[in-house]
Amino acid sequence: MDDFLLRALAGGVGVALVAGPLGCFVVWRRMAYFGDTLSHAALLGIALGFVAGINLMLAVALVGLALAGVLVLMQRQRKLATDTLLGLLSHTTLSLGLIAVALLQTVRVDLMSYLFGDILAVSGGDLAWIWGGGAVVLALLAWLWRPLLAMTVNEDLARVEGVPVLATQLGFMMLMAATIALAMKVVGVLLITALLIIPAACARRFARTPEIMAGLAAAIGALSVCGGLGASFRADLPAGPAVVVAAAALFLLSQLFPRGGTR
Amino acid sequence: MPSDAEFPEMSPEAALIKTTSLTVQFGRRTVLQSVDLVVSAGEVVTLVGPNGAGKSTLLRAVLGLQRPSGGTVWRKPGLRIGYMPQRLAVDATLPLTVRRLLALWGPVTDAAVDETLGEVGAASLADSPVQALSGGELQRVMLARALLRRPDLLVLDEPAQAVDVAGQATLYALIDAIRRRHGCGVLMVSHDLSYAISGTDRLICLNGHVCSAGRPEDVRRHPDFQALFGIDPLAMPAWLSAAGPHSHGAATPGCQHTHDSRPEDGHPPKDQQPHG
Repeated sequence: MDDFLLRALAGGVGVALVAGPLGCFVVWRRMAYFGDTLSHAALLGIALGFVAGINLMLAVALVGLALAGVLVLMQRQRKLATDTLLGLLSHTTLSLGLIAVALLQTVRVDLMSYLFGDILAVSGGDLAWIWGGGAVVLALLAWLWRPLLAMTVNEDLARVEGVPVLATQLGFMMLMAATIALAMKVVGVLLITALLIIPAACARRFARTPEIMAGLAAAIGALSVCGGLGASFRADLPAGPAVVVAAAALFLLSQLFPRGGTR
Repeated sequence: MPSDAEFPEMSPEAALIKTTSLTVQFGRRTVLQSVDLVVSAGEVVTLVGPNGAGKSTLLRAVLGLQRPSGGTVWRKPGLRIGYMPQRLAVDATLPLTVRRLLALWGPVTDAAVDETLGEVGAASLADSPVQALSGGELQRVMLARALLRRPDLLVLDEPAQAVDVAGQATLYALIDAIRRRHGCGVLMVSHDLSYAISGTDRLICLNGHVCSAGRPEDVRRHPDFQALFGIDPLAMPAWLSAAGPHSHGAATPGCQHTHDSRPEDGHPPKDQQPHG
């Protein structure tokens, strides 16, 4: 196998292992649209990262965090429903990102590779970021696991029981922003949410506990990456979309099985 | 205004929570006006009132979920509160058994879970998925959850809302039994007067302010109460007793407070706090 294919596989699997467990919370907390909004803002992060001359993943994560902060503030005024706010922010940031990238005169940015991923161009440096950053994200997620789960069941109850709700929420948003930054190279900003929610949705059917579901989602995501990359290599398909379609195919396949989980 | 000053026999040491002149405003709308409330160990206090009367807001203030705009909320130092929210909506995608749900808020042993579930009559549900429970079963499980935390005070927000009529009587009897067994105080909001009143030591009729408070049989004779609930609610079917617009006119001389929380058109104000 070629080196670039091995790197692509390592990068994709690394991202999937992180996105699976995190994606479970996105599904449980019904935050798919939130994930979309954060990832759309990633393009703005890339443009700003170029301007500031800092690591692009770091820039994307920072912009995601800032956006999450703006969203929390805007939610407090309670005048607009959350999905309206998200739609507003999502498309505004995506458009701002597209404009900012177009205005960049010093660098030529390959827009398609950021929108839909360029997994075959994953470098050794990218791999270090993905696996190192991914390990940190998973460790933090494990640390936040119980309070997050308690909050997911009922936020008021969690607060009464002394769970630091705001800090946990901010922590979770940080992990989301970081994961999106890590996943950007693999599937691109427009397809990241798929990697978060499709494996989780697929795993639900076979899971008896939240932890099993998280593990299964990671495994299913990794399998999707392998399948998608394989198809991409053999049939010369765009890699990012092929990974997403592979995940969707696994989801459809999973629906054929009788329900195993807790229901 | 009737207040807790009418209960001199209550020793202050037994007080679990106490609000003094508690006022809560949402924007320019006053939801609670100068509410004094004390709940002591071993007593059941039930809040009743029409929609938008501020019942849930008062609970949230007691729980520390709602910041008062004025006045104070005092909690006994080290007070453990067992809170039972109005409704628990666990997403169907979250695989969670009752046993696991009960362990989410702190380490508990399997034996303690089984014993507590048995106490609320839900022993057979331990390994069921949370989403498969009926309204009444879920409320009993949530009661068990609160009990597992060994609370000094149980705070229940309309515990019987999603429970069928037969289950409501059982649930209130269970709450009463638990209070006697564990000696904890109980503060609850209830829409349903007939069952809730039977085990209540003190009934507080709330409509933005405390309209009347005292023993249930006294409160229900109070003109404010009768104005709020139409006629003597104990003689009415439960489904009727929670309705009834609040009209202050010449017929209700007992209640002369201004009602900031009521808009001009006379419709009961919508509660701004989302429930559950």
